[in-house]
Amino acid sequence: MAYVAVKGGERAIDASHAWLASARRGDPALPAIDAAQVQAQLGRAVDRVMAEGACYDRELAARAILQAQGDLIEAAFLLRAFRTTLPRFGHSRPVDTAAMRLQRRVSAIFKDMPGGQLLGPTYDYTHRLLDPTLSEAPPAPPEADAAPGDTPPVFAILNHEGLVEPDPAPSAAAPADLTREPLAFPAGRDTRLQALARGDEGFLLALGYSTQRGWGGTHPFVGELRVGEAAVWLEPPELGFPIDIGDLVLTECQMVNQFAGSKTAPPQFTRGYGLCFGHGERKAMGMALVDRALRAEELGEATGAPAQDIEFVLYHSDNVEATGFVEHLKLPHYVDFQSELETIRRMRADVEAAPLQEAAE
Amino acid sequence: MMEDGALLAARGLELHFGAIPALDGVDADLWPGEVLAIVGESGSGKTTLLDVLSGRMRPDAGHVQVRSADGGVSDLGTMPAPALRALHRSDWGFIHQNPRDALRMRVSAGGNVGERMMAQGSRHYGSIRAAAIDWLQQVEIDPSRIDDMPGTFSGGMLQRLQIARTLVTHPRLVFMDEPTGGLDVSVQARLLDLIRTLVARLGIAVVLVTHDIAVARLLAGRIMVMQRGRVVETGLTDQVLDDPQHGYTQLLVSSVLSA
Amino acid sequence: MTEDTMTDDTMTEDTMTDDTMTDYTFAYLDEQTKRMIRRALLKAVAIPGHQVPFGSREMPLPYGWGTGGIQVTASILGRDDVLKVIDQGADDTTNAVSIRRFFARTAGVATTTHTADATIIQTRHRIPEHPLHEGQILVFQVPMPEPMSKLQPSRAETRRMHAMAEYGLMHVKLYEDITRYGHIATSYDYPVMVHGRYLMSPSPIPAFDNPKLHRSAALQLFGAGREKRIYAIPPHTDVVSLDFDDHPFRAIRAPHACALCNDATTYLDEVVTDDRGTRMYVCSDTDHCTTRVAAQEAA
Repeated sequence: MAYVAVKGGERAIDASHAWLASARRGDPALPAIDAAQVQAQLGRAVDRVMAEGACYDRELAARAILQAQGDLIEAAFLLRAFRTTLPRFGHSRPVDTAAMRLQRRVSAIFKDMPGGQLLGPTYDYTHRLLDPTLSEAPPAPPEADAAPGDTPPVFAILNHEGLVEPDPAPSAAAPADLTREPLAFPAGRDTRLQALARGDEGFLLALGYSTQRGWGGTHPFVGELRVGEAAVWLEPPELGFPIDIGDLVLTECQMVNQFAGSKTAPPQFTRGYGLCFGHGERKAMGMALVDRALRAEELGEATGAPAQDIEFVLYHSDNVEATGFVEHLKLPHYVDFQSELETIRRMRADVEAAPLQEAAE
Repeated sequence: MMEDGALLAARGLELHFGAIPALDGVDADLWPGEVLAIVGESGSGKTTLLDVLSGRMRPDAGHVQVRSADGGVSDLGTMPAPALRALHRSDWGFIHQNPRDALRMRVSAGGNVGERMMAQGSRHYGSIRAAAIDWLQQVEIDPSRIDDMPGTFSGGMLQRLQIARTLVTHPRLVFMDEPTGGLDVSVQARLLDLIRTLVARLGIAVVLVTHDIAVARLLAGRIMVMQRGRVVETGLTDQVLDDPQHGYTQLLVSSVLSA
Repeated sequence: MTEDTMTDDTMTEDTMTDDTMTDYTFAYLDEQTKRMIRRALLKAVAIPGHQVPFGSREMPLPYGWGTGGIQVTASILGRDDVLKVIDQGADDTTNAVSIRRFFARTAGVATTTHTADATIIQTRHRIPEHPLHEGQILVFQVPMPEPMSKLQPSRAETRRMHAMAEYGLMHVKLYEDITRYGHIATSYDYPVMVHGRYLMSPSPIPAFDNPKLHRSAALQLFGAGREKRIYAIPPHTDVVSLDFDDHPFRAIRAPHACALCNDATTYLDEVVTDDRGTRMYVCSDTDHCTTRVAAQEAA
């Protein structure tokens, strides 16, 4: 037999790419999906890809989803690889989520509050029955917004009594940026929140869930969950005053947790914080639970659960890193495997040669 | 502040957890080859004192001075972290109450005993193994167990393995935190006897924390009695225990007698 | 080897690909990023074996597929460089092809399969058999830069251990190997001490290749993209594989000669040729093997 095992890589890759392109397009008798349709009709997928791709661009995210055949991690990867080539103009001002134009706002800890509850577009109270009529008649447009009045953050109400920890004092230092500086420990809350905001929704969901089931016990309540558009303000140094450069749809979750107090702090409610691009309630809630769990050591609580281990959570939350390393196992490893084969053969030969001799000698 | 020949000296140690004083103006001295017991109830600050004396924790105020093997004196508070870690893996040792905190449970008994030798540069497998066998015998563990995992050992054996692992490099000073805590009484007696023999033979200085007056009486030449972060009484063990002056010491001694 | 075969194999690959990517900067990375990586490289060369954290970028290739090596190569590549890319010792494995194409598309540099002709060699899992010469740079792709990661998962703790040169734990692992198997059972990614100071992962090269690290005339650079670390071995630096005096390090290879070029000193791949367990052994370094075969045929 001819020795062909390692030749042909070039042709194989070309052929694979051609096959992939054809598989991506699918049955040519069916009309191709347009990126604009993805953007309009697969909005939650677009939102997730923007959040995990760490790049707010609905059109590019939609194109990435199409290019990845709907594989959302692959799409987030495409968006990340593009994002890394972009120049960086500066940092925006902190986004004022209290001034959001709300689509949705719920609180689980008060029946009603200033500004009111706003259910918005949610699957929460749908019955999960497959709908055979989905593709038929276009739905009636939603009723016009009863423009909500002032909607201050719910925790501000608790804050009047000092029952909830206040916002941390703003720091003069520039916030950490994981995309420029690698993770280092101890990792501050700015680093942690950035990592979580870019983190995999499934991972954060599972970790958040684990804290509810006793792996790092917390007693969380949704203080407030809000979805809406927030303005981004940037202050270009040459102007000297901030300008509004556009709006982002964001989901923000403030999780309220009981706290027994410590030697240095009185008993009060503490907060876990979640924020992500687009409409992503599961992600924002998971993030808020994990953010709070990661504060266990800072608050003098018992630690040891997976969700409380900062290094563990931060090193494993990024799905682009994770998928790369898991999937790289498909690459050839035959050189290493060969050396393992030789080692195993040698060990077996040793054992067969001297079955009674003590292995340590 | 350190007297000639002293191994370790602490002055004016203060440490507070919130409003609670764990150490409130504590002084301590240790001489080569002596065993000093720190006794008191839980919450008296004795374990905190051990952590501060061994540099595992920093005091809010006060100093700990130590004498190195070459005779030089240095202050733990200003000692660079590498020097402190080097001290801990060569000249000093630490025996934890729970041996599982110190042992590597996924490494064989021999590997556990040999680790400090390897950390100090031993590179001969045969001599590391010979030392491990010797030390297993010294702590009364059957040397045929050398390749077994610690998980297969009893509680008393684990504690003896920890002692072998610590003493293999002949440290001059060993800190012990309730070394016999959590063991059956009969196992305790055998272990105490072993510690006493080894310490005397090797001339090791020991700072021993215990809540058990009987343990202090058996092992220690000198004793410090702590209550609420303060040293209420100190002196030769026999003197202090036979004729306690402070009310709290009297209480501790009488509770042992009545128990 | 004749002049002719050399020119044939030294090709400019943008003739092979339809679109040299003109929208991106030379070698893909922007100049700021390259400068940042070069600073990390300088630091790495100055402290041999020490892992330097760097702001690893997201690359258009997946993490774990060579993003660290690619970023290092992209940062040191010049228009006159001649690049060779190997994976498992071979120039024609799919990942080597993919990375070579990446640079052909984004930098348009000349590429070669001949070890001696390359100025930069990016590799995964092997060091070429042909000794490297002064002026050459070998760039390793590294999946796990931390040699103690399997013994101590916390990077905060392993960083401390490196800072204090506390490497007893690594020898404990070797001790356990000998105790259990009678000899050291690590066969690849075999840890080394660099310049008598830092413990280092040589990347998952077979232990057979470890001696080539020692006092190599070439500059050896290591890039770990996902773990965001760069490290280096400057030319002519001491690199010692960990061992015990009475259990010295041994480089292992399959005890055969190559079925194609008959070399009995090289690292061999075992190729299964049928379903009855028939095997042939051939050089893992395809350039070394084809060069020898060509010379034998010419003779």
